Amino acid sequence: MIKLTIDQSKIDEARNYAKNIVDSLKWLLNDYSSDTIERTIVRLFGIDGAIDETPIPNLVVEHLKEKNVIDRGAAYWIANSMLATNLSAQEVAEEISNGKLDVTSLDAQPDKKIIKLIDELTEKMLNHIKAQKKFRENKFEEFGPRKKPSIYVIVATGNIYDDVVQAKSAAREGADIIAVIRSTAQSLLDYVPYGATTVGFGGTFATQENFKIMRQGLDEVGDELHRYISLTNYASGLCMPEIAVMGAIERLDVMLNDAMYGILFRDINMKRTLLDQYFSRMINAYAGIEIQTGEDNYLTTSDAIEKAYTVTASQLINEQFAYVSGIKKEKLGIGHAFEINPDITDSFSYEFAHALLTSRLFPDSPSKYMPPTKHATGNIFKVYIMNAMFNLVSQMTNQGVQLLGMMTEAIHTPHLVDRALAIENANYVFNTAKNFAQNFDLLPDSFINKRAETVLDEARLFLKKVSEQGLFESMSKGDFADIKRTEFGGKGVQGIFKKSENYFNPFMDRMKAELNLK
Amino acid sequence: MSLNIDPTKIKPYGDTLDDGRMQFSFALPAPANEQGKEAAKQLLQQMGLTEIEISYYSDLGEGFTHFVAYANTNISVDLTKIKVKVVDTPIMEMEENDKYLDENYGKKITIVGACIESDAHTVGIDAIMNMKGYNHRFGLERYRNFITYNLGAQVSSEELLKKAVEVNADVILVSQVVTQKNIHIKNLTKLINLAESEGLRDKFLFICGGPRISHELAIELGYDAGFGSGSYSTDVASFISFHFAEKK
Ligand code: B12
Repeated sequence: MIKLTIDQSKIDEARNYAKNIVDSLKWLLNDYSSDTIERTIVRLFGIDGAIDETPIPNLVVEHLKEKNVIDRGAAYWIANSMLATNLSAQEVAEEISNGKLDVTSLDAQPDKKIIKLIDELTEKMLNHIKAQKKFRENKFEEFGPRKKPSIYVIVATGNIYDDVVQAKSAAREGADIIAVIRSTAQSLLDYVPYGATTVGFGGTFATQENFKIMRQGLDEVGDELHRYISLTNYASGLCMPEIAVMGAIERLDVMLNDAMYGILFRDINMKRTLLDQYFSRMINAYAGIEIQTGEDNYLTTSDAIEKAYTVTASQLINEQFAYVSGIKKEKLGIGHAFEINPDITDSFSYEFAHALLTSRLFPDSPSKYMPPTKHATGNIFKVYIMNAMFNLVSQMTNQGVQLLGMMTEAIHTPHLVDRALAIENANYVFNTAKNFAQNFDLLPDSFINKRAETVLDEARLFLKKVSEQGLFESMSKGDFADIKRTEFGGKGVQGIFKKSENYFNPFMDRMKAELNLK
Repeated sequence: MSLNIDPTKIKPYGDTLDDGRMQFSFALPAPANEQGKEAAKQLLQQMGLTEIEISYYSDLGEGFTHFVAYANTNISVDLTKIKVKVVDTPIMEMEENDKYLDENYGKKITIVGACIESDAHTVGIDAIMNMKGYNHRFGLERYRNFITYNLGAQVSSEELLKKAVEVNADVILVSQVVTQKNIHIKNLTKLINLAESEGLRDKFLFICGGPRISHELAIELGYDAGFGSGSYSTDVASFISFHFAEKK
């Protein structure tokens, strides 16, 4: 690979500031929980279904909040109710949802019995998740690992059954990872919709049923092709851990799971987001799911040269948050993008420098590289060339995952042919330039090397400032992506609570133990 | 010798005047073989095309094939009969605009902008309104004679109108970027109907914009003007200033 000459101590320093930023928020991660975290626990007990479109996990958590007992955690109340009524977890949840059961009216059962029951229930679901992880590992062993850069394409018809056809076709052309785009504005729903989507808007909902349908389709085509085809979705918005758990249960392989995206781009409260990402990433870590971060999006709202350092800074913060949740380096898909205005002379050199910096900072991680999007216009022929240049950067700078650009980016969500041509473009560039980069050394005083150093320097100073003034303060000043957010503002702020002395989340405890987290 | 083009009968141009040559690219649920190729050809024939050449096809899997084709059309259009509604005010730079309003209007103009309903794409409206501007043109916020409020993304029509009334606005700017299932038409119609029903339609100048918006479409939807992709703050600002100065 082409090497950047960069002072390692500067990298270490920047990383250290990021670590301090994350460490200073441990109080939040340890002492608080949220509505969606509790709903996740409900789901992990195997509880599912909906009544008049409202998911049962929501109804259960609403009940606990109404009765003012949520601070003990959903696990306790469900187990206690099961023992007191002799009903199954699902039955208890249905009784609560139908208003027939008030959990606070039941006698408290002996702690020992409760713990034993919770242990059994936890064990059962965690075993299923472990079996899914094992299944994936075996498949990769059988068929071989994903290629690098992996080809990542989206399907977004709004009908999960059309999506399956398009995904299978893409797999045949050479796609390694299929992303099923979510319906517009799902991130702002404080619940996960139920059932299969056939008329979604801008995509399909992330539902357990949709996950299952696509998983089956990809397993079929993968077995036929002797390649394991990975499936990805988005654990973002107001239901991060719930989506993570659905993915773990249905064997998704990759999950977009950013620490700060929801705060900046969806105006979700910062405490809520940080709490939710903590547990959702832990679930992903436990299930062996690769996470991806969303820095690529910063540059759609800010200038890609001027604000390049915010991408680097965010990558380093995202990395530290990931480690706190138990994510391993090899499963940390750091995001970044090719978004500089193509009219700028030497923009390709800038792009090259930025991409190289990302792989230099995260050499053991499958960085996820995003195509030109903002500067894509209706001139599909030009966009096709821009995407080829982007593919070349990726191959030469050793990116892990290439989200392919579509020549019709500025027009519509991809048609079957758009996607096929994009894959052909990537296959062509990746193959013709396979070992191209090995022929070159970068001069330390070359433009590219210096540009990468500059971005790192700016990121380092920025992280220093953030670590001194605190992440919340920085966000309220608009330091990230030019967007201002406050600690007490944003959506979902009423959905966080302080845990009581006798709170517990058996799944988090077990996961922490098995992932060797403190 | 120059080409002898008849503007009343223009046809696609490949390399010979009036050859009618066009290029096509499409997928069919048909096999990637001679049978599929014939299906693609017949499809183009039924569209009235001749000299059809299927230059390339490739298997997309799942029973689909991609075809690339060239063919000639006999259809022509009469350019002289085509009239399109466009915004035809001359375009002034910012300083010119400020001065023009000083001299011809003498009051400040209040502008409220938003990306409405389900749409969260703010880059377009920001390009028009933000101080910093876009492609070397400052946004409306920087204009001396404009008082501006940019409400941002996913603003409901109700909220937008409420704000406009509250600040006694003169102009409402609306952005719509997502067009799937014609959602932009629905949203724009909702806003204008709401304004009508509340008796506010004539209180404000209504202007919409977005990559799939044209002036023609805007007029059809009951707006005063529309701006498409590649439009700039200077275009909108000039339209607004001339409108108010002339009305005075
Ligand atoms: C950046 C971007 C995003 C960002 C937006 C960030 C933000 N804060 O704005 C994010 C990542 C959040 C996003 C989300 C989504 N996006 Co988007 N996005 C884009 C992208 C890449 C660029 C848009 C852009 O910024 N262009 C640059 C600006 C300057 O251009 P512009 O908007 O056309 O504005 C100019 C003119 O139109 C005009 N103008 C615009 N508004 C106004 C208003 C007035 C009053 C005037 C006078 C002029 C004017 O002036 C501007 C300057 O010239 C486009 C693809 C593309 N290249 O166009 C997709 C695109 C628009 N998105 C799309 C989709 C589907 C979505 C999602 C639904 C995806 C999903 N399922 O989650 C969500 C929708 C979220 C929502 N609720 O709306 C589709 C829309 C398809 C369609 N035709 O309907 C596109 C085309 C991509 C695609 N091919 O699928 N997106």
